[in-house]
Amino acid sequence: MSGMEQVPTGNVLLSLIVWMPMIGAFLLLLLPREQVDGARRAALVFSLLTFLLSLVLWIGFRPDTAEFQFLEQHPWVPEWGIQYVIGIDGVSLFLVLLTTFLTPVVILFSFGDVQKRVKEYFFFMLMLETGMLGAFVALDLFLFYVFWELMLVPMYFIIGIWGGPRRIYASLKFLIYTLTASLLMLLAILYLVSAHVKNGGATTFDVRLLYDVTLSPIEQGWLFAAFALAFAVKVPMFPLHTWLPDAHVEAPTGGSVILAGVMLKLGTYGFLRFAMPLFPNAMAAATPFMLGLAVVGIIYGALVAMVQPDLKKLVAYSSVSHLGFVMLGLFAVNVTGVQGAIYQMINHGLSTGALFLLVGMIYERRHTRQIADFGGLWKPIPKFAAVFLLVTFSSVGLPGLNGFIGEFLILLGAFGQSRIATVFASSGLVLGAVYMLWMFQRVVFGPVRHEENATLEDLRPREIAVLVPVVAMIVIMGVYPTPFLRTMEPSVKALVERMTKHQQRAVAVVDHAPPVPKHAGGV
Amino acid sequence: MEALALPAINWLAVIPVGLTSLLGLLLLALGLFVDDDETLGWLALIGLSLTAVATVLLAGQKISTFNGTYALDGYAVFFDMLFLFAGIIVVLMSMTYLEGTGIPAGDYYGLVSFAIAGMIVMASATDLIVLFLGLEVMSISVYVLAGAWRTQRRSNEAAMKYFLLGAFATGFLLYGIALIYGATGSFRLDQIAAAIPGNPAPKMLIAGVAMLIVAFGFKVAAVPFHMWTPDVYEGAPTTVTALMAVAVKAAGFAAFVRVFLHGLAGLHADWSMLLWVVAALTMTVGNVLALAQQNVKRMLAYSSIAHAGYILVALVAGDTTAGAAALFYLLVYSFMTLGALGVVAALGEAGEPNETLDDYAGLGFRRPLLGVTMTIFMLSLTGIPPLAGFAGKLYIFTAAIRDGYYVLAVIGVLNSAISAGYYIRVLIAMYLTPGPEAEARVPRQPYLLASIVISAVLTVLVGVFPALWMQFARMGFLSL
Repeated sequence: MSGMEQVPTGNVLLSLIVWMPMIGAFLLLLLPREQVDGARRAALVFSLLTFLLSLVLWIGFRPDTAEFQFLEQHPWVPEWGIQYVIGIDGVSLFLVLLTTFLTPVVILFSFGDVQKRVKEYFFFMLMLETGMLGAFVALDLFLFYVFWELMLVPMYFIIGIWGGPRRIYASLKFLIYTLTASLLMLLAILYLVSAHVKNGGATTFDVRLLYDVTLSPIEQGWLFAAFALAFAVKVPMFPLHTWLPDAHVEAPTGGSVILAGVMLKLGTYGFLRFAMPLFPNAMAAATPFMLGLAVVGIIYGALVAMVQPDLKKLVAYSSVSHLGFVMLGLFAVNVTGVQGAIYQMINHGLSTGALFLLVGMIYERRHTRQIADFGGLWKPIPKFAAVFLLVTFSSVGLPGLNGFIGEFLILLGAFGQSRIATVFASSGLVLGAVYMLWMFQRVVFGPVRHEENATLEDLRPREIAVLVPVVAMIVIMGVYPTPFLRTMEPSVKALVERMTKHQQRAVAVVDHAPPVPKHAGGV
Repeated sequence: MEALALPAINWLAVIPVGLTSLLGLLLLALGLFVDDDETLGWLALIGLSLTAVATVLLAGQKISTFNGTYALDGYAVFFDMLFLFAGIIVVLMSMTYLEGTGIPAGDYYGLVSFAIAGMIVMASATDLIVLFLGLEVMSISVYVLAGAWRTQRRSNEAAMKYFLLGAFATGFLLYGIALIYGATGSFRLDQIAAAIPGNPAPKMLIAGVAMLIVAFGFKVAAVPFHMWTPDVYEGAPTTVTALMAVAVKAAGFAAFVRVFLHGLAGLHADWSMLLWVVAALTMTVGNVLALAQQNVKRMLAYSSIAHAGYILVALVAGDTTAGAAALFYLLVYSFMTLGALGVVAALGEAGEPNETLDDYAGLGFRRPLLGVTMTIFMLSLTGIPPLAGFAGKLYIFTAAIRDGYYVLAVIGVLNSAISAGYYIRVLIAMYLTPGPEAEARVPRQPYLLASIVISAVLTVLVGVFPALWMQFARMGFLSL
């Protein structure tokens, strides 16, 4: 047994949440192929069950500590010190909730959207949920890597089988990009573990122990680069974003929502949980560069979104811009900025998810996503237009809605780190309002320019049921952010402290180092 | 004159090779009288299984006999079990595959048994001459097997090509053995190890070692000695391809690892540089050329080259972890490659190989079992967790990193990414490309499907619970 301190809140709840979708997925396979409705209902039931269990998690969560809670720890491959360690803190709690919240929404939406190979679709959707949840709660780097890769395959098939005309190209590009980058991270993980052993530690992949590995600046630089590359592709940061528009445009609506809503967050989460606290010195050195890339991403994403004639592509590029804000907040490396970043991660999941759902709904009716094919939708489908308006406002960060809180906190935090970056990022905010509102105006306002649009059907009850929870969360998180922020605060503080404390320690060592007697440290 | 002193022989050590040889003889003889191919197949299965049971009972022994030229240690047992398992799977596949090919079952199963006997000798040989004997017994059997489908031109071509290039490689092996004998005065690995002088090693010894690398490089299909592989693998009957890709390659590595990490360990600094280049080339060339293939069987041939490259990375690293990693990788490689070639065999029909990617279009929905298992094999070969191939790669790259071979490890993982490009294309064909929704006539292939399912289950099992299997590999290597 390892001499790790036991945190008392361990039980099987978290495992149950992680594995419930996969259990459902395999049960789904047992259904006969003709049972299309049965497959749909079963998928919905399992995803709702997972959501309910995650609510229990939230209720039982103690917001006053940064310790990992609901910790479970079992040996897996003892020879290599690989363990099944899962647990959540104030950061991962909300990402888990976001995942369990969005999945049933997507599944309910897909009732109408997915008509071929229904059973297989929901099988992959549920497998994907297990992969994402596992990646958010894994505290063992090996386990994290397994879940991280496990997500790829279902998403690959969701884009590849149910996607649009260029689905094969898009899904392959998605897979190769992500795989290549994560393989280099795998090597970095292996190096990190072997460095821990050389430092006299046990062979372990437990990130809580690996946080304390002492590495030379050069080692940190390389390892940070490998981790950052893997996560930056996933975020995606400019200039590694080129897979994203392809994947989004070709993916079925459900795939797009999950991709934008949750999977991209795994990139930013990876920075926050692994890349930044594991290699604080390298992170500090890379901060100006990363801030620069974040700002470029914000402005570039907004400018490209502005000129898109295709609604879905516009939303996809807006993700590049929004995720740039999240990166900006993370690399502010202070409590405010990081809190804003996490808040914005959830916001983006809700608002962009909702935007993809709305685009999917209108596409189902008109079989086109070209902005030019719409106009004056307010009259024929007012309910749709109203929801659309609210979500658009949330996306541009209108005060009173969730987007405002996140962006405000990020800019506040970033101001302490770099004023120039903040100034440029703020211009991205303006650009964001421009492209979103301009798009909205062209789609919803004005006269009905196309005959077909005049007779469109407004939101159906099932679609309302899909949208209401998302819209409700957008409003709640905009009006009353305190419970969210308060719950994540201790964990964010601890992470930020870990990043900055290590830096200071390293600086202190350099400052007060006695004259080096011989070249012991090497170059 | 004194009579020739016969060394004391511990007959326990001969049990695995003896049983498989007897089985081969029995099958050859029975082939003359028994007309029913299935019965012969069952006999081969039972014989190989009994040998496997006997071999398991020998685990834990550490016998060196025949004057120190033949050993039965954990290492030999590990490889014997691997060969026997591969043999069992190949026989299972063949029991379906041979139907309608006109290949005489008695000869065929007999030769499979002889080939395995040769492999067992290779894994047990602690003397270069005994190693050579084993290699020849194996090779000659496989030359014949490659051409077993006499009515197929490509089968004939494969046998011819394999024979010519194999004979060439044998020449290198013998020359290398001679040079090493000249430099050290012995054929026995322990005596060679003791005779290796300090730096700098004599040029004759280095030349001999280089010759051995060429010869083993041929057998395991390492670049630049791989030229024969695609043609031979493609042309041979698919079941024989499975035997070659898995068991022959494993036997080559069994000898490679024992000779280099045990006998020639003292020269690691010298040969590791050479192998470094060979490993990097093998991974890269294998993977890049596989990208260009339209024929799945040929693609798997290139993939088998690439995987030899990953195992060579472990040889380059060369310490205990690396040796165990090589053994473990061979194990997982065997499971997934046998399975993948099983699927290729399942699609082929007499006269119609159905091996191109176009033939796989829509397969996943047409024959779900083949689709799902092939997906498992392809993802595992790519190295996606939690499948066996990932555990294998992880083990090898851990060893490489620990021993400081960072560049080689980076080349290795980048190659993994490249390999995704062609393994995924099989998935694209099976699931993303529209094809016929229902087969006109789904052939009955009970044995073949059983072999595929066994391989798939093991691929998942070893991936999720690698600990036990890693222990086997480590114990095997440590017993050297």
